[in-house]
Amino acid sequence: MRMTTPPTDPPRRDAEGYRVPEFASESHWDPSWAECVRLYNEVAEALSASPPPAVDNQSSDWSRRQFVATVVAAALAIALTRRVARAEPAALPRPATTSGSAAAVKLRVNGRELSLDLEPRVTLLDALREYAGITGPKKGCDHGQCGACTVHVNGRRTLSCLTFAVMQQGKEITTIEGLAASAGASGDALHPMQQAFIDHDGFQCGYCTSGQIMSATAVVREPWGLADDDVREAMSGNICRCGAYPGIVAAIQAVRKASAADQGGRR
Amino acid sequence: MKPFDYTAPASLDEATRAGARPATRFIAGGTTLVDLMKLEVETPEHLIDLNPLGDGDPSLGTVSELPNGGLRIGALARMSDVAWTANVKERYPVLSRALLLAASGQIRNMASMAGNLLQRTRCPYFRDTATPCNKREPGSGCSAMQGFNRSHAILGTSEHCIATHPSDPAVALVALGASVRVRGPGAQPSAERTIPIASLHVLPATRPERETVLNPGEVITSIEIPPLPFARRSLYLKVRDRASYAFALASAAVALDLANGTIRDARVALGGVATTPWRSTAAERALIGKRATPATFRAAAEAALRGAVAHRDNAFKVELAKRTLVRALTQVSA
Repeated sequence: MRMTTPPTDPPRRDAEGYRVPEFASESHWDPSWAECVRLYNEVAEALSASPPPAVDNQSSDWSRRQFVATVVAAALAIALTRRVARAEPAALPRPATTSGSAAAVKLRVNGRELSLDLEPRVTLLDALREYAGITGPKKGCDHGQCGACTVHVNGRRTLSCLTFAVMQQGKEITTIEGLAASAGASGDALHPMQQAFIDHDGFQCGYCTSGQIMSATAVVREPWGLADDDVREAMSGNICRCGAYPGIVAAIQAVRKASAADQGGRR
Repeated sequence: MKPFDYTAPASLDEATRAGARPATRFIAGGTTLVDLMKLEVETPEHLIDLNPLGDGDPSLGTVSELPNGGLRIGALARMSDVAWTANVKERYPVLSRALLLAASGQIRNMASMAGNLLQRTRCPYFRDTATPCNKREPGSGCSAMQGFNRSHAILGTSEHCIATHPSDPAVALVALGASVRVRGPGAQPSAERTIPIASLHVLPATRPERETVLNPGEVITSIEIPPLPFARRSLYLKVRDRASYAFALASAAVALDLANGTIRDARVALGGVATTPWRSTAAERALIGKRATPATFRAAAEAALRGAVAHRDNAFKVELAKRTLVRALTQVSA
């Protein structure tokens, strides 16, 4: 029996042309479908070229070949099963039950209109990262405790992991990718807060940084006091395991002072 | 997460009717519900999004004056907005403070005021579907009773549940004598009622799974705080493991009406130590008519914690709660 390559769909794309990821690949051995098919067919051919199995005619040569082929086939079967099993997350966006089936969700992200085919249970964070390819917001705890997923919704800092994308239609969503442009910067220019994080060593590994910066840019607009302690309190929802807190506080204070001086100058 | 269908109702009527179905949850800020749905502690089949109702009726999301001199807070108003509202800061500083000491900046931006009152406990066994919990699975037993119960309640407990009510603002609101306006399915005005927050939550007793007196389909539409001029002298003191972004180990909401060093009226409520937002009328009685002295405050604290039941890891909360209350009363009378 020859196995043929399964019908492959073209990469799924949303209305804006963003590729919709099928499933996240893993770092360990991950044979491609084509590779599995090729190996399977090689083994099948080796088997068919062999004499038919007969209880009373087991030459040592044949039984070795049969043994090898059987082992390889079994290994491939396991690999194929794993592929199928791991491919299942790709099926999640499609209706799993009659309830909660996927439907078009329109999001406005960084000034662009996106139309994504999403189940209601897809969080804003997963919609951004896994469906729209906007990976600036990070998934840390996925339970609202770390702040790595912080984005702006209508200018307010919001945890994208604790809200469903379907609830955020019609809102203006800004991620780190669109932060500088939202503040009027053009081209590759950084937002002043991004520059301040660089200037003041506000990060080490960088994983929490987009969340820190999105939170920080909102904090500057909130009515907090002027002290470093006020910044620490305001930023307590953003965890940094590298412990870059002194640099983060310094960066935010630098931006606040510059912005206050700027406003004073205009008066 | 289990699949569910999502409805954005066009009216409160539609919302309450849809909300009365079994396996249905309302969602506003989502900061508790989405978390618990990921853990599959909550597994609604239908989700009714209340937020769009705020577009049609802005009063659902804003703070306004009541004719009697109190304040009306729309159920969908966000914690941060209420905390920073001038009227709240000046007239009810205890509420503004309780809001700002709760959760994180992002969560306060998202979480609704009514949702905060209705948030579920942080008991780790309630949140872990692999362990028995009478609140999550009635009759399965209480894992906290013999388990790690450092964060658990010492007031209002039963042998079936010692889960702490986690809200800070609810403690301030119960001290202020606030009520919720509630709207249920059916024709108005019979579908509307007012419930004092002190009677909104119910003690676990033998049915820990029932946490409030709300019926299926009933939604909170607003919170009403009565006028309380002496609440300008009020505060919320919260003691926790970290300086910020942690639930209370013990907290106190206090307001004092002081005249020449004598307490004419008092409001006292405790958080982090009870199964419901815990107003202590016993502490209030111990204060009213007395001089504002350390001895009076200590007597009030003893009265507040009388009847406390400690378990293996949370006995420290009895004394901690007393000292928290004494310090809060000392600060507010200074």
